[in-house]
Amino acid sequence: MISAFARRLGQTVTVLFGISVLVFLVFFATPGSDPTARIAGRNASPETMAAVRHEYGFDRPLPVQYVRMMGRLFVTRDLASFVDHGELVVPEVIDAAPVTLSLVAGAAVIWIVASVAMGTVAAALRGTLVDRGLMMLGLVGISMPVFWLGEVANLVTQSRYHQTWLFSWVPGLGYAPLTQGPVAWFTHLAIPWCVLAVLFIGIYGRVLRADLVSAYGEDFMRTARAKGLSETRVLLRHGLRTSLITFVSLFGLDFAQLVGGGALLTEVVFGLQGVGRLTYQGLINLDLPLIMATVMYSAVFVVLANAVVDLVYLLLDPRVRDGL
Amino acid sequence: MGSEAPLLEVRDLTIALPAGRGGWTRIVEGVSFSIGAGEILGLVGESGSGKSMTALALMGLIDAPGARITGSARYRGQELIGLDRRRMRALRGAEIAMIFQDPMTAMTPVHTIGWQIDEQIRAHRRLSRAGARARTVQLLSEMGVPDPERAAGRYPHQLSGGLRQRAMIAMALSCDPSLLIADEPTTALDVTVQAQILDLLRRLRRDHGSAVLLITHDMGVVAETCDRTMVLYAGTVAERGPTAALFARPAHPYTAGLLDSIPPLRGARPARLPQIAGAPPNPAERPDGCPFQPRCAFGHDACGVRPALVACGAPGDGQAVACVLPSEGRPLPARLA
Repeated sequence: MISAFARRLGQTVTVLFGISVLVFLVFFATPGSDPTARIAGRNASPETMAAVRHEYGFDRPLPVQYVRMMGRLFVTRDLASFVDHGELVVPEVIDAAPVTLSLVAGAAVIWIVASVAMGTVAAALRGTLVDRGLMMLGLVGISMPVFWLGEVANLVTQSRYHQTWLFSWVPGLGYAPLTQGPVAWFTHLAIPWCVLAVLFIGIYGRVLRADLVSAYGEDFMRTARAKGLSETRVLLRHGLRTSLITFVSLFGLDFAQLVGGGALLTEVVFGLQGVGRLTYQGLINLDLPLIMATVMYSAVFVVLANAVVDLVYLLLDPRVRDGL
Repeated sequence: MGSEAPLLEVRDLTIALPAGRGGWTRIVEGVSFSIGAGEILGLVGESGSGKSMTALALMGLIDAPGARITGSARYRGQELIGLDRRRMRALRGAEIAMIFQDPMTAMTPVHTIGWQIDEQIRAHRRLSRAGARARTVQLLSEMGVPDPERAAGRYPHQLSGGLRQRAMIAMALSCDPSLLIADEPTTALDVTVQAQILDLLRRLRRDHGSAVLLITHDMGVVAETCDRTMVLYAGTVAERGPTAALFARPAHPYTAGLLDSIPPLRGARPARLPQIAGAPPNPAERPDGCPFQPRCAFGHDACGVRPALVACGAPGDGQAVACVLPSEGRPLPARLA
């Protein structure tokens, strides 16, 4: 157990190191990305450029620059933006993280519940109209771009039908932290949650149905039916339980990439100041410290999520426990 | 068994699958047989001869879309074909239980052996969790599983093939079924374990009074275990009768061919075992006449008509064969047993 934990920790550090080096190098190899010009402003004199270059340490060798940046990012945490004159990036990320986390976690709950229900019902009624209808609905959900769906949702809930009893509870766009009370937090996020979840409900529902239908061909499902169990029990206790593996691995990846900034479009449409938006700003301005901070943050989540997925595997499948 | 009503009586069981353009492919055609209480009936045939389909039809477990099952199968007077799901479910596992060929894939990998046996007991009996587990442990120990309490807590992949099959049999027997259908229960096991499992099946009759429908392609297993034997070929009954009679005087050339392909224990060792030339016909392309005729050394004009099952051998012992040879007065020679 301890050795597994240590191995996981070692992997995490390696992955983070690799990603940081890569991002750092890409940044310095990108034409037109010279940070000196950005900091010094337009038409700066060569003297100013030289002064800025020296002040920010851009005249030092790359490895030294890298180590200094990592030190300021992880140790002293006073890494400042190159663009927003002195804005500290670590607090920026720390402020944005709860917004994204709230958004993604809520959406994840919705999409897990909805897609398990959808996939299971479709598999139980496979071949019927209900099955086809649900799968069609899933396909529609997958095909709708999230920014379009979000705009439509905004149109409906914020303006067109805002006065009706149905949507009068929807507050204006933006985020309300949990410290302002759970109700405000919930009402601000309810619509973004649903919009973000739609795509994943479609994908997960279809994947789960496919896995369940192929599970019906397994010998152990026949045994379970031969035991005289009810169809529901066969499906849930034998089929669903063994079909969750793909579901869980998909979930780990999607959840991590969303928390790491992948929910950008949803964040923009609903005016949420999350990590996705922050990364986006960093990228347009080629603001290396900000990019570095958000990428590191996102990498931590991907590695963490994979660790959790591995743990869930252990719970789901005893064969993994025995290292088979 | 004689006069009393058999436990299971199957008449003209036919299973057809839709073959496109409104056509049907008959997988099993007009199979009839009966099993008495406590009897062991062997069902022998090659892969694709319809043995497993016959068994699955009895359990109501054929879920191929559009499958058409006709004929009759009466279990204690109750018609099984077309029985509604709820009543079928009450019979399955409780009255008629089934064990499968590969115990590795036939048990759910994510639950312990004990959990799976408890589940079946609790599906049919009003027993507490602890009560079910006590019965599970007792069954496992009866099946010769060492340290049954610990074994109950293990997952299928943690047990050897033999132990898994014992657990499977324990599960099938957990509700004292009157009929056990064993579909190739020993095929996936090595020979010594095979012998132990067959021994176990024979003991069932004594300890539980269960009748067994033993499906196999191994004539050796049949000879060791079964009271009566039925040989299936291409979805039809080729021959049936008491095992001893069938082995001593096979009346169907196919049965004789199967017996010839067992390596002899005594006498000179043949350089090559005799084999039946060719392969069984595809279910969609079975000939109108005797399905075995294309491979039969005795094929002649009379074989162009599908032969009916006729009694043969010693009168009263119930041997019957679907072949024209005995009625033409030229039966196959008896074998030296």
